[in-house]
Amino acid sequence: MSHSAFTLVRPDARPTTSPTLAPEPSTEPGKRPLLTMTGISKSFPGVRALNGVTLDLYSGEVTALIGENGAGKSTLVKILTGIYQPDEGEIVIEGRPTLLPGAQAATEAGIAAIHQETVLFDELTVAENIYIGHQPRTRLGLIDWAIMNRNAARVLDELEARIDPTMRLKDLGIAQRHLVAIGRALSVHSRIVIMDEPTAALSHKEVEELYHVVERLKAGDRAILFISHKFEEVFRLADRYTVFRDGSVVGAGEMADVKSADLVRMMVGRSVDQVFPKTDVAIGPTVMQVRGFSHPTEFADISFDLHRGEILGIYGLVGAGRSEFAQALFGITRPSAGTVTIEGKPVTIRRPSDAIGAGLVYVPEERGRHGAVLPMSIAANIGMASLGRTSKAGFLDLARECQLARTYAERLELRASALNQPVGTLSGGNQQKVVIGKWLATEPRIIVLDEPTKGIDIGSKAAVHAFMSELAGAGLSVVMISSELPEVLGMADRILVMREGRMAGILARTNATPEKLVNLATGNETGAAA
Amino acid sequence: MTVLDTGPLPAEPAPRSARASGGSIPDRLEGRASRIFLRWEVLLLVLAAIVFAINSFASPYFLDPWNLSDATYNFTEKAMIGLAMALLIVSGEIDLSVASIIALASVAMGAAAAAGASVWMLVLIGLGVGLVAGAFNGFLVTMVGLPSIVVTIGTMSLFRGIAFIVLGDQVYNSYPAGFEWFGQGYVVWAFTVELVMFLVLAVIFGLVLQKSTFGRRVYAIGNNPMAARFSGIRVERIKFILFLLTGVMSGLASICLTSRLGSTRPSIATGWELEVVTMVVLGGVAINGGSGTILGVVIAAFVMGLVTFGFGLLNVPGIVMSIFIGLLLIAVIALPILFRRVMAARRSTRRVAA
Repeated sequence: MSHSAFTLVRPDARPTTSPTLAPEPSTEPGKRPLLTMTGISKSFPGVRALNGVTLDLYSGEVTALIGENGAGKSTLVKILTGIYQPDEGEIVIEGRPTLLPGAQAATEAGIAAIHQETVLFDELTVAENIYIGHQPRTRLGLIDWAIMNRNAARVLDELEARIDPTMRLKDLGIAQRHLVAIGRALSVHSRIVIMDEPTAALSHKEVEELYHVVERLKAGDRAILFISHKFEEVFRLADRYTVFRDGSVVGAGEMADVKSADLVRMMVGRSVDQVFPKTDVAIGPTVMQVRGFSHPTEFADISFDLHRGEILGIYGLVGAGRSEFAQALFGITRPSAGTVTIEGKPVTIRRPSDAIGAGLVYVPEERGRHGAVLPMSIAANIGMASLGRTSKAGFLDLARECQLARTYAERLELRASALNQPVGTLSGGNQQKVVIGKWLATEPRIIVLDEPTKGIDIGSKAAVHAFMSELAGAGLSVVMISSELPEVLGMADRILVMREGRMAGILARTNATPEKLVNLATGNETGAAA
Repeated sequence: MTVLDTGPLPAEPAPRSARASGGSIPDRLEGRASRIFLRWEVLLLVLAAIVFAINSFASPYFLDPWNLSDATYNFTEKAMIGLAMALLIVSGEIDLSVASIIALASVAMGAAAAAGASVWMLVLIGLGVGLVAGAFNGFLVTMVGLPSIVVTIGTMSLFRGIAFIVLGDQVYNSYPAGFEWFGQGYVVWAFTVELVMFLVLAVIFGLVLQKSTFGRRVYAIGNNPMAARFSGIRVERIKFILFLLTGVMSGLASICLTSRLGSTRPSIATGWELEVVTMVVLGGVAINGGSGTILGVVIAAFVMGLVTFGFGLLNVPGIVMSIFIGLLLIAVIALPILFRRVMAARRSTRRVAA
């Protein structure tokens, strides 16, 4: 039992004598799914992440999983890799119902995931990174370097990666690191490979190499679940597709039968108008002008006008630089160039207090980390940016703070048992209301909301949307960063689309369609021409 | 679509507790008696009473008011620093150079006194050295962005090293008349100048931490520096001020200690930084920041003073004292964590039961 790691990995399956990637003798390829998920549901407090989802994966085929952020893709991946347990539903692998109670069980079942950020170890060699956690051992229990290096070389050969297994990882480029991550997934004899947005951080040439690897994996008779936002690569690589929306499957089939417009339609749905209580507000004069706003690394040359009573949506894929832009505007990071004018006066914002003074506030995406001080009370959180008004000569007037907090708690229909309750004990939606309340208490002119409804339940979502309309109606200017198309289309008067740190375009509400937005955000050629 | 809904949809009936009277949320829930009894400060008071009782049984001299008055010297100087240290630790930082600041300030005052400086000049020098030393720590932590524990371990050696270079194995022991008032004087009856100064400062620090906007910001920074920054709080500036404050209080402690001893050696106040930190943590200030009260620190100061004094009365050797301080520091860091864990477990079982 010198190769104990390998037998451990495959307790059930055909004995493997060497860790080659030779194709399994598959019966009727493409006919019977290698893996079937049926009726999978998963709920978290306040959110139903997956709702009776069905998914088939076939050996020798690439299945693309498509959906907006928050559609439930990551939850599905976490169920497949044993990190989450489904509340309902069944997973069948090769005809056998299978439970995946943990990461180890998923590995043993032959499932491997290559994540957006697979953890690799800079100071270890390529071979060590590939075999981390299941290094081949000598009889004395020491790591068998010779066998490990030889096996690693074989895994890398299979990927046609010309990487020396004895190199240290820190000496490799991003694409090569990616290959090492894939090699790790293959080293455990996985038959089902999940690739979660693998091209997100790669350059054009590196993407081509990755496509090649995917082709190799396909040829090795593996079933591949390929998660991507980019239609171009989905059409290039995938044989089948499954589209998620709001935790449910809204479409599945073969790529040959579908066009990119169909996929976009399925992804965003049609029920945009009913859900969003956007009220028509007379758009007033310009409140803020942003010109040539740039950052050394994250975004460049952002320019727009914001008007009184307007809701400006900022749409884009994750990583398009939207939050980075908003945070620079708010004074968290320093821009490298650009000017901001608020109500005709040029303003210099070096830190958030300057922005607040100029009437510009920012509701961050990460509520728990940036938005609220969770161990502190509702009253303290709502009053936190208004301490100047709830104090006399530097000393707190707790009665006034409570009064201020109550005013905004009630305006936002906060659900809490007392104002001295720690914010951390509230639900996500109510925490968000506390953060919004904190900013409204400063009586701002411009409020920037970064993914304001991410991870909160439908009821609170509707309340946040209604409230945004109310704010615009009261003469505030709202900037809403969102990755959810229905939200952007339903709430915004104009939509600024960002792609890779730059403005891809600004569309008026009347002119915006889901297809146009997705095409602008992804750089899909057909749309760029339109 | 089935959605697990916890949000306030208009159609939903209002929940019982939240919207009882006209949609208004109460300021606070009714406090339970058990909550008051389980407060850390109350436990400390009980501990103080026990130590007091043991001491009065152990030695017939303990209950003498003048002996008790002398006993306060065991903690007043450290406790002055502890007040500022409490704010600093609540904000999530620490200063381990405080004892070395005492040495540096004391040497500076000794040198100035030898050159003929007046009492008020010495006071200014003592506070000024503390201010500059605190500013140096604050600069490295808030502007250069180094972790305070590393910075102040460095300046701990640096400041004391300077004191050693200046003074070597010499002693300064001549001070102008009147300087002894700070460390040897009485305000009224058996109340020493140091004790009164400490109590007045404790009230001021308590008000600042618990009642002022500055204190509120300090708590916010200690609980979540990022969210504090995103709320417009100038985190770096406030931390810098706290380092200045800790430096100045170390300078004040140096004035008192130098005045009480009537002499200066570079080894003065060696090891005090740990006793100050122990006192603050014993007082219920979370070592990771975010919570704690000045009242707790004040009670902890008395507890430590009484224990030290009791050991003195019983002729316990110094090395045992040192072992005791070490054990106390570990116990004191472990106890509040265990205490909070028990409280959290109680809370969660209550929530499940509800």
